This record gives sequence, structure tokens and C-alpha cells, in this order.
Amino acid sequence: MASEEKTKVVLLACGSFNPITNMHLRMFELARDHLEDTGRYKVVKGIVSPVGDPYVKKGLIKACHRVRMARLATENSDWITVDDWECQQIKWVPTANVLRHYHGELISNENIDDDVDKGKGRKRRKLEDNENAGQSSRINTNADTPQLKLLCGADVLESFGVPSLWKTDDIEEIVSHHGMVCITRSGCDPEKFINQSDLLYKHRENIHVVREWVTNDISATHVRRSLRRGQSVRYLLPDPVVNYIQENNLFSAESEQNNADVILAPFQR
Amino acid sequence: MAGRIPLFLLACGSFNPITHQHMRLFELARDQMHQTGLYRVVGGIVSPVSDGYGKQGLVASKHRLTMARLALHSSDWVTVDDWESQQSDWTETVVTMRYHYGRIAAQYQQRTGLSKYPPTENSGEPVLKLLCGADVMETFKVSGLWRDDHIEEVVGRFGLVCVSRGTRQLDRTVHESDVLSRHRQNIFLVREWAQNEISATEVRRALRRGNSVKYLLPDSVIDYIKENNLYTQDSEMKNKEIKLRPLTKQTILQD
Repeated sequence: MASEEKTKVVLLACGSFNPITNMHLRMFELARDHLEDTGRYKVVKGIVSPVGDPYVKKGLIKACHRVRMARLATENSDWITVDDWECQQIKWVPTANVLRHYHGELISNENIDDDVDKGKGRKRRKLEDNENAGQSSRINTNADTPQLKLLCGADVLESFGVPSLWKTDDIEEIVSHHGMVCITRSGCDPEKFINQSDLLYKHRENIHVVREWVTNDISATHVRRSLRRGQSVRYLLPDPVVNYIQENNLFSAESEQNNADVILAPFQR
Repeated sequence: MAGRIPLFLLACGSFNPITHQHMRLFELARDQMHQTGLYRVVGGIVSPVSDGYGKQGLVASKHRLTMARLALHSSDWVTVDDWESQQSDWTETVVTMRYHYGRIAAQYQQRTGLSKYPPTENSGEPVLKLLCGADVMETFKVSGLWRDDHIEEVVGRFGLVCVSRGTRQLDRTVHESDVLSRHRQNIFLVREWAQNEISATEVRRALRRGNSVKYLLPDSVIDYIKENNLYTQDSEMKNKEIKLRPLTKQTILQD
């Protein structure tokens, strides 16, 4: 399949990135390999979208630092970018709304492209429309617009089961209009979780499960704990991020008490 | 850290290729050894095995050395040493340890004019310990891989710093071996809480299949692998039918 006949995909990772670790970055690489191995997709971009401070998660440090660290970490990537739209918002933005925002951006970018390159684009689109006939409908009517997929660990998928953390409508919008790529490690069984939810099962075609063979369980929580205790975190995160944390003395026992007694934004709804 | 024993950590292995995991072992071990309150870690040494080891898929030592040097370029305490890999035949780990200890002791002697092993506490004389993952400790049990007197010397004379995800299995391994139990005070077990099993085998497998290995090893190493087209189906077939050198060399010696 020629690359222009493949469906373009943009991967969006939402999360605290407090701080970003090599594991977050690996998720992008694994997801891209997996999607492109199917022969049906071309991953054109990855977006890291750190959550805003109003999420009020315990130990969350200021978004400006989290964005800066994510930028340093992705400096050497030619396809992963950091976008601060989400954390610039005054209130916490539910993930479905973040997806809606970026999807809107992709469509408006596409319209700009169309003005420049009309004839060619239309022809290509027509071919794809025939090929994709019968597939589930999406928000975007333009087949050349990249699909936006939520990239996450299997833990996020399983958090769909936590009462009042997610709105059912939001879950439905995410899995039906966009899609998900879930990275999972041995011992996890996301297929079982999908099977046990009627909603997820209905849209299972839109949920890509990627098995991570190299266990690489570097949680940001573990990294913060090591930093508080004065232990080395080298090679768990990129060197420029380690240096930035040291220069700004970012994760301390004190910062871990940020938002200590505050209810997480999603539960305040 | 005045009055503490200066400690060098030596890691032997294939480093085919070196990964973030290898470098984490050093960081974890240094933190842990400082926490004992007895030691001050003054240096780490990466010693890639010689081509004579005969392990399947082992690429030429000049490449493995270059990759290790690229990876450790940004470390201010871990260095790469090519003595072991320059030997034409495979060298027993204990022989490599003797060489490095001799080198370190000579440096110390030059500075102070005295030396005696083992150093008495607070003499300021440096010691050397073998840094390894749990897998290495498990190989002590494999018959023909290690000579008994070598295990005795590695553990008794020098000492082990062993990093693992769970210490229960390691405790058992120590318990089940008389020689390891005898030198229990010379074996330091380091618990690794963040699972980070980046094996070089998995890295080579991903490379053969054209999958990304970014963030598993430093970018400079990945670039070097690509430029030299290092890990392929062909390279993985190297030494395929060959017996691992320890299994032949030591059998002759022991007979």
C-alpha cells in the first residue's frame, strides 16, 4: 500500500507528565511501530499534552515546568511535539474536550491545505472514500484529515471503570469518534476489560492494544520518590530533564504536598 | 564521606549493545553502597567481554566498546575499559578483577606508598566489587560456567553488588549455596523498584525487526548502530554452533 493511501494518524497523550519519563516516550514509539506494522496507518505526529494545574492532583508541580521538561525530553524526536493548549486553560479540561480541540485544529489545518492544493487532494480523497466505505463513521468527513487517537497506558483504559472519574458520554465520544491506542504490559489483560464493557466492546475496532515486551515500568511517582530521597534517576528520564529538575530543585517533600487535601477536578463535577 | 572505604564497581558482560538498564545498575548500586555508610563509590568500570567468548549474536568488540563509550560519555564516574576485550581468548571474570584491582592498588600505592589486601578499615585503600544483575548470580549454579575457586575468590576476596527486582529469589540463591552463604557479608543486594528490564536481547530483536529502540538506549548509540548496520539476521547467527568459551576452557583446566 503506498503511503498516501494509508490513513494518517496523530497520537495524543494526555497526562500529568510530572515529570515526563522515558516510559512516556517509549509509548509513542511502540504505538507508532504497532500502527504502521498493520500496513493501514501512517503516524504523522505525536502530541504530548500535559494536564493543567486546575486538575489539582497531589504532588503536581506548575505546568510551566512540566511543559518545559516535556519539551526538553522531545528535543531529539522528529515527530513528537509538546502542546500547551490544555494546560493554558483556566479550568481543567476533560480529555474528550482536549481531543475535540485537537481534532478541530486538524480539520482547520486540512482546510488551509485544501486551498493550496485543491485538485490533487480531492482525487486522493475519492479513492479513499471508496476503500473505507462501510467503516464506522467519524466526525471528520474529509478522509485525508488525520485521525486523532488517544495514546495511553492500559491503566487509563481501566480507569474508565472508576465511578465518576469519566462521563459515559465522554468515553463514548473518545472511542467512537477518535479511537485509542493502549500500551499494555504482561500481566495486564485489557482485552478482558474491553470485553466486560458493552460500550468498549461495541467500539473495539477503534481500540488498538499494543503489547510491551520490554517491561519499562518507570512511573513518574517512582521518579519523584527517588528524587525526594536524593537517589539517582539518571537513565530513567532524558539527561536534559534530569539537569532541569536539579537546576530548579523541582521535586521535594514539600512539592509532594501540593494539592494534598484537594478533591481531584473530575470528582468535583 | 570522610573515613569511608573508596569503592570501585566493575561490570563485566557482553554489552551487545549497552542499554539504559546497564547504566541504571551503576546508579542504583552507587546510591545503595553510599547508604551503607561504609563506602564511598569513586569509580565504575564497564568491561565488555572479548570476542573469544563465543556467544551467539556477539558483534565485534570494537563496536561494543565504541557504543559503551558513546553511552557513558555524559557520566562523570563510569568509564569503559578495553583490557578484557583486547585479550585474544575469553578471560575468567576473576582474572579481570585481579587485573583491575592490581591497577587500582598500584595507583593507590603510588600516591601513598603502602598496600596490603584486604585493606584494613579506614586505611583509605580502595576496594573493588563486581556489579551484576540477578541473572549473573543465578549463573553461579550452572555447572561448568564458573570454577568453584573462582566463585570463592570473586565473592570472598572482592565482593558482589547485585541488583534485582525482588530480593527474595536472590536471598534464596545465597541460602542454597554454601560458598555464597559463607561470604554473605560480602554480598550486597540492591532492590530495583522501577521495573526496567531492557535486555540487550530484546533490543537486538527489535532492531532486526525494524522496530524502534529509541529511549531504551542513548541516541548516540542508536545512531552508531544504524550507521554501521550492526544488528541484523546475519549478526545474530554469529557463533551459532559454537560452545560458549567458559564451557570448553574451564573443563580442560578442571580435568
